[in-house]
Amino acid sequence: MYHTFIALVDDKPGVLNRVVSLLRRLNYNVVSLTAGPCERPSVTRMTIVADASPDAAHRIRASMCKLRNVLRVDSIDGHACVTLELALIKIAADATSRERLLELARVFRADVIDLNPDALTLQITAAENKIEAFLKALRAHGIEALEILRSGPLAMRFGHEPVTS
Amino acid sequence: MKKATSNNIKLPSAGTRLSGAEIIWATLVGEGVRDVFGYPGGAILPAYDALRKFPVRHILVRHEQGATHMADGYARASGRAGVAIATSGPGATNMVTGLATAMLDSIPIVCITGQVSSKVLGTDAFQEVDTTGITLPITKHNYLVTKVEDIAPSLREAFAIAQGGRPGPVLVDITKDAQQSLAVFDFLAAAPPPYRSCATSQVTDELIRDAVEMLSQARRPVILAGHGIIRSGATVEVLELAERARIPIACTLLGLGSVPASHPLNLGMMGMHGESWVNEAIQQADLLLALGMRFDDRVTGALATYAPQARKIHIELDPAEISKNVKVDVALIGDLRAVLRALLPAVHQRDDPAWVDRVKALKGTAAVRDIQNLPDTGHLYAAHVMHDLWRQTRDGDAVIVTDVGQHQMWEAQYYKHEHPRSLLTSGGLGTMGFALPAAIGAKVACPEKEVWVVAGDGGFQMTSPELATVMQERLDLNIAIINNGYLGMVRQWQEFFYEKNYAATPLLSPNFVRLAQAYGLEAKSVRKRTEVIPAIRAAQQHKGGFVIDFQVEQEDSVYPMVPTGAALHEMIRRPDNPLVETAMDP
Repeated sequence: MYHTFIALVDDKPGVLNRVVSLLRRLNYNVVSLTAGPCERPSVTRMTIVADASPDAAHRIRASMCKLRNVLRVDSIDGHACVTLELALIKIAADATSRERLLELARVFRADVIDLNPDALTLQITAAENKIEAFLKALRAHGIEALEILRSGPLAMRFGHEPVTS
Repeated sequence: MKKATSNNIKLPSAGTRLSGAEIIWATLVGEGVRDVFGYPGGAILPAYDALRKFPVRHILVRHEQGATHMADGYARASGRAGVAIATSGPGATNMVTGLATAMLDSIPIVCITGQVSSKVLGTDAFQEVDTTGITLPITKHNYLVTKVEDIAPSLREAFAIAQGGRPGPVLVDITKDAQQSLAVFDFLAAAPPPYRSCATSQVTDELIRDAVEMLSQARRPVILAGHGIIRSGATVEVLELAERARIPIACTLLGLGSVPASHPLNLGMMGMHGESWVNEAIQQADLLLALGMRFDDRVTGALATYAPQARKIHIELDPAEISKNVKVDVALIGDLRAVLRALLPAVHQRDDPAWVDRVKALKGTAAVRDIQNLPDTGHLYAAHVMHDLWRQTRDGDAVIVTDVGQHQMWEAQYYKHEHPRSLLTSGGLGTMGFALPAAIGAKVACPEKEVWVVAGDGGFQMTSPELATVMQERLDLNIAIINNGYLGMVRQWQEFFYEKNYAATPLLSPNFVRLAQAYGLEAKSVRKRTEVIPAIRAAQQHKGGFVIDFQVEQEDSVYPMVPTGAALHEMIRRPDNPLVETAMDP
């Protein structure tokens, strides 16, 4: 099953490598990993989705916590949280096919971020299953994407509680 | 003003400008390091150029793997971090086996490697290799230091990490230009933040209550005594617990010596080559109290059938070990000694002797015959050698350093370890070639102790050039080679599981006596039972390196044995007409 973790790590060279190397060594598959700045200077926030046995979450978290450059790890399995993913979808579309595409985009609240005579690029930020549904709807309408880029999930707990120590 | 350090050596005063090379040694001295094991080379030459200015004993090894095992043996014997130093490229890659050995057994070592200049880093320069990348999964942490001002803080943090929490190896890779540059040296200012892990849990009153309740309900409890007892210094607390609640103790290989072998509650070693009554006791237990151990596959046998009726309490420093292999009912995470001290006041006295009596009965006939009383058939068995070595060294403060294979298991069965740190062996990684260099490290750490290498003829040849190190350093080291002409443990597996297809296990060896003599060491060859004790005495009396080539029975096997995948109680027992029987209790 998929386990999702939020990790705060030192913003230093090689730290991403350490995290990924650990998961590989423990024989867990990384489904997605996003990393970027957060509210604390010199700290990188990661959202990691790993595919592992149902009881693996404790070991993954405890093992990551042993890394010198890992400051905090929060396992958010089963916790109330917002999980969003960003997707960019480039689709071949000329003036005749564009309208049908824009109608679908409106339904799914996808934005046009680039428009050319022969193609357009849509941006959608949504839960993973909504993005899946959008892609499915495109295919159902015979629309093939030229390129799809997905960020992988970004997670944050609901409420006041920050990432637990 | 000069600053005094932990070993009362004066450090350069704060604010002094030193080269990176000098900072390396000054920091080591500040950390209390007196001995390092190393091998010079291009990228570490600036450091070596500065070596003689500092009060550090440098032991020149013959291979960098030896340096890491020596640092490892030094740490195992003394409890202090061992230090190994090597050059870039092949110097660093030769350290890989030693780092992995220390990682698997949680041994604090600090390895320092030279690296090519930061100006050419990443260009495949001569003797450049991605040392931190290669060693990342086999170190607790590692550093690539490219700036002179980062040397002291990185090294100081390396010692803190290596020795803090669950210990382990740390590597510091320092570029040549960082060693050559100048910087202000301030030992105190380079102090690391306190070592912590973000997963450290607390032992709550509720968890203590749960554990005590499980203990008081148990009728058939067994303590599983691991390496953590030695690391934590918890022998007294473990014995207090065992005696008060009448709990028999089974030891892991690395747990041997954590409680005295002669203690009436100590059953001996568990696992693949554990004695039958030890494994039977675990399988019949209704409560396992796992202390500083990690349920390695070599001690559990098949997990599905492991101690099926037992509830489990795990007291362990590393949260990542909890329920990794064996699901436990209560986990108390923390330093073993501290946790036991919190637990002990609530533990009730148990008077019922039924379980201990039952476990003793399990010994049955398996333990009644003393090998000493078997008729001398003219054959020399490894068990004889171990038993005699134990008898000859039992009154002293001997350290036995074993290699990996049959002799390692015979030693574990027949040598009765009374003290922590009296057995040093590569348990987790199972590194052949470990014994000789690790014993050199142990002897350097504890020159007052009698140190014995016990190695097979296969493993000994993996690192035998370190005999030159014994000679050059004039070490009083005793070396017992258990020579059976085979890679014995592999041969045993071939005998049991591969229809005696002895592919690539017959082993030709040099004349070990003449080999030792070529290195300037004393040596003796032993083929008969009656010659064992005189040879051991001769080695004990000789000042300097002494090699004994014990030419033992060639196709002897280690019993009992739990085949891989079998339940812990499904052992291949000693044959009906055994070549060798178990030694009687000491």
